[in-house]
Formats: sequence, structure tokens, C-alpha cells
Amino acid sequence: MFKAQKQINKKSNLLTLVMLCCAAYFLLPLIWLFITTTKDTTGIYSSFGLWFTKVNHLVANVKEVFSLDDGLYLHWMVNTTIYAVVGATGAALIATAAGYGFSKYDFGLKKPLFAVVLGSVMIPMTALAIPTFLVFSKIHLVNTRWAIILPSLISPIGVYLMRVYSDTAVSQNLLEAARIDGLGELRIFFSISLRLLMPGFITVVLLSIVSIWNNYFLPLIMLNSPDLQPLTVGLSGWAQSSIAGGGGGDSSIQAAVITGSAISLIPLIIIFLILQRFWENGLSAGSNKE
Amino acid sequence: MAKRSRHGKAGLLFVAPFMVVFVLTLVVPLVYSGYLSFFRNRLVGGISFVGTKNYIQAFHDHAFWSGLERVVGFFFIQVPFMLAAALIFALVIDSGKLRFPKLIRILIFIPYAVPAVIAAIMWGYLYGPNFGLLAQISRYLHTPSIHFLNGWMTLPSIANIVTWEYVGYNMIIMYAALKSFSTDLYEAASMDGANGFQLAWHIKIPQLRPAIFLCLIFSVIGSFQLFTEPYQMTPLSPAVLNNSFTPNIYAYDEAFVSQNINYAATISFMLGFAVLIAASFVGLVSRQSRKRAVNV
Repeated sequence: MFKAQKQINKKSNLLTLVMLCCAAYFLLPLIWLFITTTKDTTGIYSSFGLWFTKVNHLVANVKEVFSLDDGLYLHWMVNTTIYAVVGATGAALIATAAGYGFSKYDFGLKKPLFAVVLGSVMIPMTALAIPTFLVFSKIHLVNTRWAIILPSLISPIGVYLMRVYSDTAVSQNLLEAARIDGLGELRIFFSISLRLLMPGFITVVLLSIVSIWNNYFLPLIMLNSPDLQPLTVGLSGWAQSSIAGGGGGDSSIQAAVITGSAISLIPLIIIFLILQRFWENGLSAGSNKE
Repeated sequence: MAKRSRHGKAGLLFVAPFMVVFVLTLVVPLVYSGYLSFFRNRLVGGISFVGTKNYIQAFHDHAFWSGLERVVGFFFIQVPFMLAAALIFALVIDSGKLRFPKLIRILIFIPYAVPAVIAAIMWGYLYGPNFGLLAQISRYLHTPSIHFLNGWMTLPSIANIVTWEYVGYNMIIMYAALKSFSTDLYEAASMDGANGFQLAWHIKIPQLRPAIFLCLIFSVIGSFQLFTEPYQMTPLSPAVLNNSFTPNIYAYDEAFVSQNINYAATISFMLGFAVLIAASFVGLVSRQSRKRAVNV
């Protein structure tokens, strides 16, 4: 390493301290959330938010989360998992194939098709949700799992990322060599190219999982049956009824709402921590092109 | 890049699955709701073609425009703040001057894993008057307590939630771009005595333009379709967060509360156009600024 480079890399305690303070802003609300899972509903209002109360209610809260409304929470968890896993894997596969097709082949209408795909990134997904609902209610897909999975399969940004990624990850020479060996195009894709495209593929899976896991508007309008709903819609309903002033509300479930919220975050946080590097690898490809 | 046209058909095969779902879940809904926006369903007389009357109504609809103005205002207040924070964090982490850079990076990024619904529930408690964490802290410090979800404070409070959720995401996009730049220029510049700040300002930020542009476009789309946070917080601030607080809330209300499907389709379309106009405007401004940068 050059001397100059070393000088640049001298660590600064002050800068570290300032950045740790900034990081605290992002972390403290979550610390509050996880501490509050140990309190009952009166404890939420009467104790200091960032410290525990004398009695630990965590076990009682978790039990209540899974027993409220005949164990609906577990249904929501399973639903969210199904939507996220099926939707994200499907979206990533379809987007990878399409991005690869746009990158490695010449075909008629290629330019206009890609322009349309890229332009569709601009369509606000929630503005699209009502039109999609109108069509799905015509063909009786409303209030089925397909109403969530089908729209999740489209990831225009995924196609874009995978096209850029394919440009560098799969060389044209390699394809030519495989063709000379007599392999068909599909065979080449599944046995050679897909492996080379894996890091980009995982990035698209991650992006899709997050957007499906977080999606609220689409399932809110598509799904009437509580046992088809994902965690976001279910928890939102509990939360709104627990704080609704006046009639109908049940304020005693607030501790369960907070505990349920905290539990629902754990899988995604774990995925984030494990697959962190894929964000950077995949997104750096996309963010340098215009 | 050399491509052999005799394999062209295979290319279509790879693109086909995406295009099929694309048509089914994107093109068909758009066409169908575009069609619906030219009709009206009246109690007396049933469904009838009304031409552009729905659009004319929307043009004069105070509820639609007040929501649109609000999200535009939201964009101008929240997005510069969020992207500036993301840019500074990305540059500081990339500078190599931090201890525990990986830890700090993941801490800032983690809120992106929190669904908007959960973030809104959580911040609703933190904002709570008297009992909320922020009220507790201000009581401890003897500073006047702020009513976060009252009157004009509501919008900045929601902007804070959105900022909390998305700074890390934008930071990662910019940081990923920074990582991919060649360090030759940095070394040359630091040989010439440039300090970290000069390096960031003169070399890194100009190279980051495409990444910043990408973040800006995502932010336009995100701001204009604001829905989940204000909708979730409605019971906490019912007087402010009304049924036309944002265009999306208004469209939702028209479709599912007023049962006015045709007008909801019209509102969705108008919102889509607004996003297109705003995004093109951002594209235009960024192209202009790039030209200016090249000329200088």
C-alpha cells in the first residue's frame, strides 16, 4: 500500500463518535420496540421507554400474540413467508432470464421492449394496485393467494440489474464455446450462465423479498379473508383497533401488537445480516449506468 | 458486443416469461382502468360513457389537488434531507477513517428491513403525547413537549418516519457505487495533497451523479405514492389525516369507501401522470446540471 493511502486511512475517533450518534437514531426505535415486548399494556404507558419494568411479561405477550383471534398470527406469518418465498424466487428467475436475454441476444423489438420495461419502473406500484384490483375482480382472482403472487413476479428493476450484470458476468466467448460443444441455448443458461449470474440473482431475490414482505397496499385491497392476509395487513388491523378511541377498540391488546410487530421483524433482520454483501455487489452494477 | 442473429429467437424465449406476466399484471390493468375512467356508474341510469368528464372533475377537485400539493411539498422537504444524509454517510464510511465501519453501515441500513406498517405503529408510540419516549425525554430535559401528530407537525413527523426507513437504502446504493470506482484517482489526488473532504467533493461526488440520480427517481415515486404511514396513523390524528391526505389515500377512499370505481381509476391515472411529469423534470434538471459540470 502507498504511503499516501495509509495517511488517508488514518482512523478518526471524532468521526467515529459522530457516526455512532447518528447510528443511534436508527437503532433506538428498534431497541424501544424490543424492550417494550417485555411490558404489559399499562407498563407501556407508565414506565421509561428504554428500560425494563420489574415484572417481565415477554412470555405472556408471546402467548397472547399466538392465541389472539384463534391463532391468526401464525396464519399471517405462514402467508407472508409463502408470498415472499414464492414471489421473490419467481420474480428473480423471470427477471434473470429476461435480463440475460436482453444482454446476450439480438432479436426484433428488443430496443422498444427494453425501453417499455425500463419506463415501467416509473409507474407507482400503489397507483397500479387499484387498476390491478379492478382486473382481478373481473377474473375472480381477488381474495386468492394469486392476487398477491402474480403482481409480485414483475420486477422491472430486477430485469435492468440483471441485464447490466449479464453484460460483464457472462462472456460472449464462453457462450460461443458452449455452442460449439453442441449445447442448446436453454441448457447453456441453466447449466452455465445461471451459476455465473448467482450473485445478481440473490440481489434481486433480496430486493423482492423486502418489497413483498413490506407490501401493504396491495394485500389490503386484494384480500378480505383474514386467514389469507400477510403480517403487515393483520398487524395493522390489530393496531388500529387497539388505539381506536371510542367503541369497538380493545386497548388491552396493545402489548400483543408491539410483541407481534417485533417478532415479525426477526426473520428479515436475520436475512439482512447474513446476505449483507449481496446488496452492495448487486446494486453497484446498476448504479453506475445511466 | 458481438451477437449472432441466428440465436435471436432464443433471446425472445428468455424474455417471454417476463413479458407475459408484465402484460397480464401491468399492461392489461392499465388499459382496463384507462377504459373505466371514461365511464360513470350512476344510481339512476347505470353505467354510461362520459368522455373526459371524470378527468375534468378531477382537474377541479380540491381534494385531489390538496393531496397532490401535500406530496409535492413532502418531496421537497423530505427527499433533499434524506439524500444528503445518505450521501454524507456513504462518503464517511467510504473514506476509511471510521472505526467499526461495517457495524455502523448495517445499523443505518437495518430500518429498511422494517415494513412501513410496523415503522408507523412504532413511531406512533414514540410520538405519543405524555407517555411516548420522545415526550419522556423532553420532560426529563425540561424542554416543552412537542405534539408530533397535531396540526402542521403531522407531515414533518411522517417525513421523519420515511427518512428513518430509507436513509440506509439510499446510502447502500451510493456506497455500492463508491466501492466500484477505481482508486487510482484517489491515490493520485492524495499524492497531490488533497484531504479527505477535497477528495469527496472534487472526485467522488461528481462520479456519484448516476447513483444520486437513481436515488432521486426512486424518491419521486416513493413520495408521490405516500400511503401506508399516514393511513396507519389515522386513528392517532384523525382531524389531520383525512380521507384525501395524499392522492393514494383519496383513490383508496373513492374505490373502497365511496364505491366509486370509475373515479378511483381516474385519480390513479392522474397520479401516474403526475409521477411521470415529476420524474421527467428530475431527469431534465440532472441532465442540465451534468452539462454545466462538463462545461466548467
